Amino acid sequence: MAIKKFVVGSFEDEAVLFRAVKKVRSAGYKLHDVYTPMAIHGLDKAMGLRDTSIPTAGFIYGITGTTTALLGITYTLVWDWPLNIGGKPHFSLPAWIPIMFELTVLFSAVGMTLTFCYLCQMAPFVRKHHFSLRSTDDRFVMVIECTAKTNEEELKSFLSQAGAEEVHTQMAETGWWLGSYSRNRKSFENPNAILA
Amino acid sequence: MSLKERFEITPGFRMWSLGLIGVGVLSLIIGFIVYGTGDAGHQAKFWGVLLHNSIYFLMVTNAVMFFFAATTLAMAGFQISFKRVTEAIAACVPVIGAITFVVMVIIVFGHKTMIYEWLDKTKVAKDAALSGKSGFLSPGFFMTWTIAAIGLWSIIGLKMRKISRQSDDHPLSLEEGKKFVFKNTVWASLFIVWYALTVAAVIPWLWMMSLAAHWYSTLYSWYIFASTFVAGVALISVFVVYMKNKGYLEYTNREHLHDLGKFQFAFSIFWTYLWFAQFMLIWYANISEETIYFKARAEGAYSGIFYLNLVINFLAPILIYMSTPSKRNYTIVTFMSVALLFGHWLDFYQIVFGSILPDQVTMNLFDFGIAAGFVGIIIYQTGRVMSKYPLLARNNPFFKESIIHYT
Repeated sequence: MAIKKFVVGSFEDEAVLFRAVKKVRSAGYKLHDVYTPMAIHGLDKAMGLRDTSIPTAGFIYGITGTTTALLGITYTLVWDWPLNIGGKPHFSLPAWIPIMFELTVLFSAVGMTLTFCYLCQMAPFVRKHHFSLRSTDDRFVMVIECTAKTNEEELKSFLSQAGAEEVHTQMAETGWWLGSYSRNRKSFENPNAILA
Repeated sequence: MSLKERFEITPGFRMWSLGLIGVGVLSLIIGFIVYGTGDAGHQAKFWGVLLHNSIYFLMVTNAVMFFFAATTLAMAGFQISFKRVTEAIAACVPVIGAITFVVMVIIVFGHKTMIYEWLDKTKVAKDAALSGKSGFLSPGFFMTWTIAAIGLWSIIGLKMRKISRQSDDHPLSLEEGKKFVFKNTVWASLFIVWYALTVAAVIPWLWMMSLAAHWYSTLYSWYIFASTFVAGVALISVFVVYMKNKGYLEYTNREHLHDLGKFQFAFSIFWTYLWFAQFMLIWYANISEETIYFKARAEGAYSGIFYLNLVINFLAPILIYMSTPSKRNYTIVTFMSVALLFGHWLDFYQIVFGSILPDQVTMNLFDFGIAAGFVGIIIYQTGRVMSKYPLLARNNPFFKESIIHYT
């Protein structure tokens, strides 16, 4: 992908973070992402992210599972090898509903998990840059991308005024790369990354 | 912002509720003239309609009471902003309970064997299955449980509403707040224990399963509970939307409506699960004494209602309520709530009449007239209670949690 310049601000309190996100957006800075130790309700709306389409994907996977089960059982028990089971009709829908239900759940669960991983670019051996390791512990980290128009010093003081405890600049890879932890460990060697 | 503290009964509201009660009374009189004194078939229709409607509306309002008790016990926050609406609907339990009690007394002591065949002593003596159940299906046992159930639902409900209103006078201190919450949970848990013993066990067996006295199903009571709980939450949603439209409940918004929609959606699925579990086991085992229950329903005269029931109560909620925006839309929630209230009324209809008049569907204006009367009673009583006491439980310790509620 590309290496870009980012200004990273760490916040201690989520209430301050909320106000800061709103200020940054209204000031017109390019918000890259916000990293938090836990899920925060309402932050997605404050950041202006669109609603997730995971439910729609889940519905499509679900009906795919239902159809697969129905067609699979119909093929085996009605068309390919009809058996007389307890005198029931070959096409006996009530007995199949549990299986159709299970495949619906299986398809939608697995499908949604994989879709989620794809959207978040998560997979085994896929590495991404950590802007601040403390975002996995006790800090709320807001990352703003520096464009050609952005005045870096102005942005830094803007973030400090908005309540950020630590503000610093980082050059970072925006995309993912294949690798191991040893390559990722560079972020530990970066003193800013440890402090912030 | 000035808050509307109390519901004001408008002339239109009074006219509609009293009008519906009037329709009910008129239907009762006409129904009695047409059906009440005739042969066994006519009397079965008359008492069946009263039984069906009184049980349904009593159990729906009592499910609202269960919603109130369960959310109190769970220390839920979201429902506090419209808590008083829930309480007002729950205040219908004593009124409709009294009507149900009168209907039960006349059926049992008036010896209406066309409704409950186990009332017929000579028939029971000849029948091995019924005489084996005669300890359970006897007038004494039946009426003891009926009186105890309706009485305790009403008394614990009254007590819980009284406790809830105690916080209205002055803001509570921390200590008072803790005591208040504890007192609420104690009474709520008492109600839930009694509710579990009655609605989730004995009462549906006695009132409804004994209509088909030979037949039994072990998950029957749960099925009835799920049915009434969906309808109960739908009833709360209808009243909340009505109050919002009239400009009351300033702190209730789409987030709260979303939660009510989720309850309706989830318990509709739960209802279907139980419906299907009961149906499939009987269909699969194919034992004649069990399949007799579905003979009139799935294949006989009631098959139309039987499958329509599944469309309204399962297919409609699962498809319409599945997406988030539909649960937050006032129009869709109102439409679905009314549909579910009607759908579960229909479910109860086929449960009651599939057993007492299995040969033909006799649904006519009499059924709808009596139902309108009960709807009128619920509207009138709820409006009266809401106008009497404050609409916002502003000193409840969870009130702020309810205002900032976010789904």
